[in-house]
Amino acid sequence: MTLSLQPGSDTTATRLIIEPGLTAKNYWRDLWHYRELIYFLAWRDTAVRYKQTGIGIAWALIRPALTMLVFVGFRRLIGFPPGKVPEPILVFAAVLPWQFFSSALSEAASSLIGNANLISKIYFPRLLIPLAAVATTVIDFAITLALLLLLMLWYRFLPGWQLAGLPFFLLLAFGLSLGLGLFFAALNVEYRDFRYIVPFLVQFGLFVSPIAFSTSDVPPQWRALYALNPMVGIIDGFRWSLLGGRAGLDSQSIVISVAVTAAVLMLGLWYFRRMEHSFADRI
Amino acid sequence: MSSDVAIRIAGLGKKYRIRHQHAERYVALRDVVSDGVRDLFWRKWKYRRSTIEDFWALSDVSFEVRRGEVTGVIGRNGAGKSTLLKVISRITEPTAGRIELTGRVASMLEVGTGFHPELTGRENIFLNGAILGMRHAEIKRRFDEIVAFSEVEDFLDTPVKRFSSGMYVRLAFAVAAHLHTEILIVDEVLAVGDAEFQRKCLGRMSEAAQGGRTVLFVSHNMAAIRRLTQRCIVLDHGRVAVDAPPQDAIEYYLKESSDGIAQGCFVRAVARPADRPFYVERVTTRRQAHGDPAGQFDCDQPIVVCVEYTAARPIPGLYGYMQLQRLDGTVIYEGDSTDAGVNPFDRLPAGSGTACIRIPERILGAGTYQLHLSFASGSDPAGPVVDNPGVVGEFRLDDTSTRRGNRRNGYLSMKLPWQVSAERP
Repeated sequence: MTLSLQPGSDTTATRLIIEPGLTAKNYWRDLWHYRELIYFLAWRDTAVRYKQTGIGIAWALIRPALTMLVFVGFRRLIGFPPGKVPEPILVFAAVLPWQFFSSALSEAASSLIGNANLISKIYFPRLLIPLAAVATTVIDFAITLALLLLLMLWYRFLPGWQLAGLPFFLLLAFGLSLGLGLFFAALNVEYRDFRYIVPFLVQFGLFVSPIAFSTSDVPPQWRALYALNPMVGIIDGFRWSLLGGRAGLDSQSIVISVAVTAAVLMLGLWYFRRMEHSFADRI
Repeated sequence: MSSDVAIRIAGLGKKYRIRHQHAERYVALRDVVSDGVRDLFWRKWKYRRSTIEDFWALSDVSFEVRRGEVTGVIGRNGAGKSTLLKVISRITEPTAGRIELTGRVASMLEVGTGFHPELTGRENIFLNGAILGMRHAEIKRRFDEIVAFSEVEDFLDTPVKRFSSGMYVRLAFAVAAHLHTEILIVDEVLAVGDAEFQRKCLGRMSEAAQGGRTVLFVSHNMAAIRRLTQRCIVLDHGRVAVDAPPQDAIEYYLKESSDGIAQGCFVRAVARPADRPFYVERVTTRRQAHGDPAGQFDCDQPIVVCVEYTAARPIPGLYGYMQLQRLDGTVIYEGDSTDAGVNPFDRLPAGSGTACIRIPERILGAGTYQLHLSFASGSDPAGPVVDNPGVVGEFRLDDTSTRRGNRRNGYLSMKLPWQVSAERP
């Protein structure tokens, strides 16, 4: 066996200084270097999940389907007037982003603790771990989306050109769950009882987001305030893209949602980067 | 600044904060809140739940390693070796000082970090390679080489949870050994695996050095240190005690470390970290299971090694490993808890207990021995479990009842009878 590497070949390019408080220097370059690891970690989590659980993919279908059924039942019970869109599709279009957001957030929040052995033994930008956790959830999202398309086929419901907006709203949901996820992941390392707080927040969010109902059911004078919940804009956006414009799109709530998401993402990143250097010592 | 220095460390320090009166290693928010509330109401009684003490795991460490040099780092448990490697590997940040690394760094602080028991050998090669910083294309290119080195060709599509611990270690080392970086940082990976494989690893490391790579190497194996390194650093209480050719450094270390394991009793310096489901707390050598710890024995007495452990939960596939070495690194005995039939550690119920290993009288020859101990499992669903306290004992044996006594050559002390008869066989 021979070593292909010639010492001194590119050593000038790879001088590394380690000093207290200097981890930031090559951070983004390292992140780029390790970008494939996001894919590998996401692939690992997906592969393991489908190897370990007998239901496998079915799990990604059962959860949103049951949530949808419960909410449709709830609508019938309350006596919501049926609109232009079949109720299962109306509700499912909201369950889709919510499911993505809530599982991405929970996975990201617990991702550092779950990979403690990696963090204490190997260096790589820690940001990759929550990033991979959110990326893993995108796979579930794709499966759930396929279920929605089947549902549309069943109801002979055709989405319009607005479908082109879906990636944007998915990106928004990605950014929001990542931002919050980073924040909670870092807090989880510091204070372990945050793992009890996150599920509660997610559960709470389910009721204050327009899933069983539409934003148009909210009295107009409250809508701006309501839109401060960034999931409102995201869910509205999903409904708008998936239901072919048959659900209205309030530009105000989208703008607020984008602003809040950007702020959350920045804050999450800032806090994560601030705490990151001590993860290995605390975890 | 001379360009032939690969690692330059100046005034390096690492401080940890240790909380007393706190069993948990991490803080819970409820504690912070309740401490705060208590402080509000009880301050007049000066009640404090916990005190925080600074502990310098490394202080004022300075040395340079030239390019292509193999440097050993030795020291007692808790001397700061692992912390030093962690700081150089960028896993944790230093509190003071500066490190300059010229060239890409690969570190192997544990064998098989990131291996997932549910994934197959093939899948784990890719995953582990990526974790160690290899590109997908690079792993693909070296895949056959890695597989050939690991000798697990036939099990590539088997989940690694079904691997024997030997196969597991071989595969893990193979991946790490094929990282082509200028600087290689290695921590005690040779403590696991069989003798044949250890030879292979050592060979690989000396090859790396001959290829001009810089190697920083932590080990308890003095023979390996002597064979591989040109220079050796002894750490003591977080400081560089000796920086000398390996022979001198080893001599210093052996003299010092025998004081560390006082009277046949080794106590773990750090309480069980939360992420270690199995942890060795104390190891003693005694004349009988209920006798007092001792560091000096007679060849006519058995030696009982008592391992006091804590298991946080039952761990499938856990086994204990023991090695006896002479001070020059010669391995006299190697064995594990599966040798004598039923392995008592496999799914051992949670709790604390003691495991005793009896080394019968009249087997080991006179001399001083070092006892190495580790526990491992490669088949726990939560990932590999390792507790490797390293050198946990040192004892001396005197041969007092034979004619030659301590002057007998060789490694064994049996009294073999000579049976004489007038017949030919």
